[in-house]
Amino acid sequence: MMTSEREIQFRNVSVRYAGAPNDGWVVRNVSLDLGRGEFVSLIGPSGCGKTTLLKLAAGMSTPTQGSVTLGSQPITAPGPERGVVFQEYGVFPWLSVRGNIEFGLTLAANRRDAAERAVIVDKYLALMGLGDFRDALPNTLSGGMRQRVALARAYAVNPEFLLMDEPFGALDAQTRLVMHDLLLDLQRQEEKSVLLITHSVDEALYLSSKIVLVSARPARITEIIEVPFAYPRDESVRATSEFVRLHAHLRARVMAEYAQQQREDIANTLHPENR
Amino acid sequence: MLKSKSLNLDDSDSAGCRTRSGFGRLRAWRRVALLVSPWLVLLLIWSAIRMVSDKYAGLIPSISSVLGQGYELLLDGTLASHWAASTLRVLGGVTLGVLLAIPAGFALGWYAGARRVMTPVLNFFRALPPIALIPLMIVYFGIGEPAKILVLVYAAFFTSVVVLYEGISRIQPIYINVARTLGASERELFVRVILPLALPHVLTASRVALGVGWMTLVASELISAQQGLGSMIQIAASYFQLETIYLGLFSIGFTAMLMDFLLVRLSARLVGWQEQVK
Repeated sequence: MMTSEREIQFRNVSVRYAGAPNDGWVVRNVSLDLGRGEFVSLIGPSGCGKTTLLKLAAGMSTPTQGSVTLGSQPITAPGPERGVVFQEYGVFPWLSVRGNIEFGLTLAANRRDAAERAVIVDKYLALMGLGDFRDALPNTLSGGMRQRVALARAYAVNPEFLLMDEPFGALDAQTRLVMHDLLLDLQRQEEKSVLLITHSVDEALYLSSKIVLVSARPARITEIIEVPFAYPRDESVRATSEFVRLHAHLRARVMAEYAQQQREDIANTLHPENR
Repeated sequence: MLKSKSLNLDDSDSAGCRTRSGFGRLRAWRRVALLVSPWLVLLLIWSAIRMVSDKYAGLIPSISSVLGQGYELLLDGTLASHWAASTLRVLGGVTLGVLLAIPAGFALGWYAGARRVMTPVLNFFRALPPIALIPLMIVYFGIGEPAKILVLVYAAFFTSVVVLYEGISRIQPIYINVARTLGASERELFVRVILPLALPHVLTASRVALGVGWMTLVASELISAQQGLGSMIQIAASYFQLETIYLGLFSIGFTAMLMDFLLVRLSARLVGWQEQVK
């Protein structure tokens, strides 16, 4: 088991995009730490700037003000120590399941020889229940299977951090639940520091150790909740009164922010001159 | 998207079958019959027109006379040498044109700025019919083989460069982001991600360019060619040898058809991983 000692730190981070509403600010003064095997979920209305925060951590974007650092070094580019799983999977369509999983291991940044690759690929094929599909092309796989391939591919290079942008958003409800348990299973076996962006209160509560509530645009942190349930978790946690209570609380907060976002969007549409 | 979202892991086989078209499920002999039937209809119409009146029969050679002429020209080797000359020209011109278009297509597909500046220029040259360029080609490059090939290169380049950059500019950034987050260097990104994603567009561009190439061929062979199916048609026209004209047209049509078929087979093999549009 490898737990990261380093942290990704957001310090007074603000992001401004030219031409966006609210004078261009999409993220306002966010400070957040991620590391040491924590599972942090960012939850908030859609389009509020959560994805921007993930892109900062991934190194696909840089802050206008403030700093995003990894172990005191500023993050300026993507790196294999920070694995990313996207909502739209991004499974390479020209590679087999196996080819996808070992892709990162064939790059100079984390090259392994063929024998090591085979061991790693076999391990994740088994963990993800993809053993029978080793040589299948992605265009023959369902959405849930594609997302498992994407997850395996991110895990294969053994990153310290796993950044996930609504990874289960495109899946149906049952597949989602199966993926939740799969993710908890993986976390038990090789703990990573996870940043998960989600809309789903249930998903955030079931998976995370910490939930960060993000406001309507521009994104600010409005509340941080330490989730009290011990790992390993299973379905039964959903039935506890604490889960039900937190669920109701979070849901009310998210809905309020969502309504705020809607009002702003409508106002911006009606009076674009005020943007 | 696949319809099946079931978690049943043995389900993928049926997903594979679903991608097959109705045509693919037919028995072999039915498939052949279906493929042959439109040609039979065309032959039937051809013969019927001849039967309507003697006037038409004089202007439209019979199928057997065209085949007879073909057999004769095949025996004395003229058809083969005309065919080879044309086919080599088309292959050479289209290959050169597409090869030149690949770097240009990458540059234009990758850099939106270059695309904005160059698109009007490309559209200007693309609109010029090759046949209208022939007088200039003769003035600048003479009447030899280079001038003929150049007309084909011109046509192939401007047709394929547009297909290429349109395709390459639509490569989804998700794959590039994924590769970067897995640690790919710029070189690895290009070789391991951009090239495979560009391959379907290169194949499509080649296919379009081949079609245009055959269409341009006759124009290019107007440059005083002694050999080639286009020149064979030209010469036959001045002697009113309708059989030979028909023969030339069939040769061009069937060769183009065969090349397209081979290219489609190659595409299926190389880029069969693409999502099927259903």
